[in-house]
Amino acid sequence: MATRKPYIRSMDGWWRRDPFFVRYMIREASSFFVAAYALVLLWGLWALERGHNAYDAWLEALRHPLMVLFHLVALAFVSYHAYTWWKVAPKTMPTVRLGGREISQAQISAGGWAAWAVASVAVLVLVGWGTR
Amino acid sequence: MKRSHEPVVWSLFGAGGVLSALFGPVLILITGVLVPAGILPADDAMSFGRMQEFAGHWIGKAVIVAIISLFLWHGMHRIYHSLHDVGVHAGTGMKIACYGLALAATAICAGLVLAVN
Repeated sequence: MATRKPYIRSMDGWWRRDPFFVRYMIREASSFFVAAYALVLLWGLWALERGHNAYDAWLEALRHPLMVLFHLVALAFVSYHAYTWWKVAPKTMPTVRLGGREISQAQISAGGWAAWAVASVAVLVLVGWGTR
Repeated sequence: MKRSHEPVVWSLFGAGGVLSALFGPVLILITGVLVPAGILPADDAMSFGRMQEFAGHWIGKAVIVAIISLFLWHGMHRIYHSLHDVGVHAGTGMKIACYGLALAATAICAGLVLAVN
């Protein structure tokens, strides 16, 4: 009896066929950088708990050129995630009304991007506080 | 019908998505670029003393756990659901690996944050 050999369509490079799929894959790839960055922070927290020397070793590791490169790439991907997150946000929630008027999808996205900008500036100011 | 875990994981994914869409880029910019490059002085902005003080306060502890664990729940949930797209079968094993990592990291993070005072 011949062994069954079902045809399984290859998944290789399917997303390269269409720019829409390429953007989808870039967005999905950003999830890796969100998770990986969280692990970098967890490593730092572990070092902080171990003591001064361990913490300084972590700071030193962050200065490695490959680590800076990783963070630059992560910054690009996570920024793309933030941009697309607020872009699709209105499609994931029910219609919002304010004073009987429907808030448009574009307005909800704009609100999200504005919140992102405010949050970024607020964190920069908080961290920069007292570092002069 | 067997109850799904999806709503629980989805809400963690959603919370992590919002948090990373608000604070992800600026945090990466500070800890990954500005401080290592010396644009923000490390012995000031992210000094051992300052970070210990931050992690010693209950607000700091809550922020640290929220950022690290929710970023991971968000990331691992999406990685799990992207496995099919890159041709990896997303079975029970992968589910345990993805959500297990997020769960373990949450536990470790909570333990560490409580140990700092």
